[in-house]
Amino acid sequence: MDEKKFIAALQSALEIEDREIQMEDHFRSFPEWDSLAQLTLIAMLDEEFGVSIEMKRFNELVTVKDFCEAVRAAAAQK
Amino acid sequence: MSYLDYTGTGILALAAAVPRRIIDNASYTEHFPAEDVAEIVEKIGVKQRRFADDSTCASDLCFAAAEKLIADMQVDRSEIDLLLFVSQTPDYRMPATSIILQHRLGLSDTTIAFDINIGCSGFLYGLSIAYALLQQKGLRKALVLDGETRSKVYSPKDRKTAFLFGDAGVAALIGKGEKFGESFFSIHSDGSRADLIKINGGGYRNPSSPETLKEKVVDEYGNIRSDEHGYMNGGDVFNFLIREVPKDIKGLLEHAGVDLDSIGYYVFHQANSYMNGYLAKKLKLDLAKVPMCIEKYGNTSSVSIPLTMVSELQSELAGRNRLMLCGFGVGLSWGTALLNVDGCHVSNIVEV
Repeated sequence: MDEKKFIAALQSALEIEDREIQMEDHFRSFPEWDSLAQLTLIAMLDEEFGVSIEMKRFNELVTVKDFCEAVRAAAAQK
Repeated sequence: MSYLDYTGTGILALAAAVPRRIIDNASYTEHFPAEDVAEIVEKIGVKQRRFADDSTCASDLCFAAAEKLIADMQVDRSEIDLLLFVSQTPDYRMPATSIILQHRLGLSDTTIAFDINIGCSGFLYGLSIAYALLQQKGLRKALVLDGETRSKVYSPKDRKTAFLFGDAGVAALIGKGEKFGESFFSIHSDGSRADLIKINGGGYRNPSSPETLKEKVVDEYGNIRSDEHGYMNGGDVFNFLIREVPKDIKGLLEHAGVDLDSIGYYVFHQANSYMNGYLAKKLKLDLAKVPMCIEKYGNTSSVSIPLTMVSELQSELAGRNRLMLCGFGVGLSWGTALLNVDGCHVSNIVEV
């Protein structure tokens, strides 16, 4: 899975339009982030990548890179 | 795969009762800042819900709905041979609430009555058990009562559940008729996910004690509840159901040989509007055929499917139509039904 596709999907899910997000960004620190964003991201993962990440694992993810790698791992297990 | 097929049974009439007391979600701000509340309300799509007062139980809402239905349809009470009460908020731990309702409704002591303790998928169980037992020659009509007082289950200080749930009760009269044709049900269970939606205390595993009643801060967001309040891991419930529900629907359609587009209305459990919106999108459903009442009544657990039928499809059910009903939640338990309605009388909603 390519990073560009993941970043674009994440930007679009969180409705970030004014800047490019970076792999080292902490996505929970984005001003667009709130406790309900996880629902949006779950839907995005299902729709765009056909994968799901359990909340226990999801809550350990800090950076965009962590998130991207978790999606990659989930996709590999399919 | 456990599919259930029935012939010649259907829903003759439906009625619903809701508490008079309206909770306006945007101003339900005693425990959380108004700004946070507005964001949550927007996402889950619940503008209002109904809360029963301290002395009103789910059975009282069902009783009011049943009396309305019996009066509107001029039902001969002696013809009701089966009474089912679907709920996870019964009157007592014993006896079964259905037995108490048999007497309150003036039904014969030959009535078969029992409770069905299942959550959001409960109406599908109630219907399919009624359909199954009505295959017996000796049984004439069944009353499926489905009621919940979810407002009494969840902590108002836990934002994950404080804004979502409401109270309601319905009565469905089930009977026989060739015009109903064939109906199909699928029902699934996954107890490995029992922890995702749960009340830990107050049963016999962790009996009620001062400890189970103590309110505690349970997470980094400062949500507060006791072990006798319900909790929900909404993320993992969502994760699981957006994968399994479409799969279940496709499986049942294939089993029944029914085309998705030939269905008049898709009635989903009213979980939250974000989840329902996503399911409809994933299944590529025409939104005009997906009735919703979550905005007015919130998530009423097992009641939400028949409540949506009463509140949104009153005149549509009077004609002939094919419906898909789909329920999912606590257990986890989920299922789908494909059935025909033909001349189903829907009473006006009663306020209690």
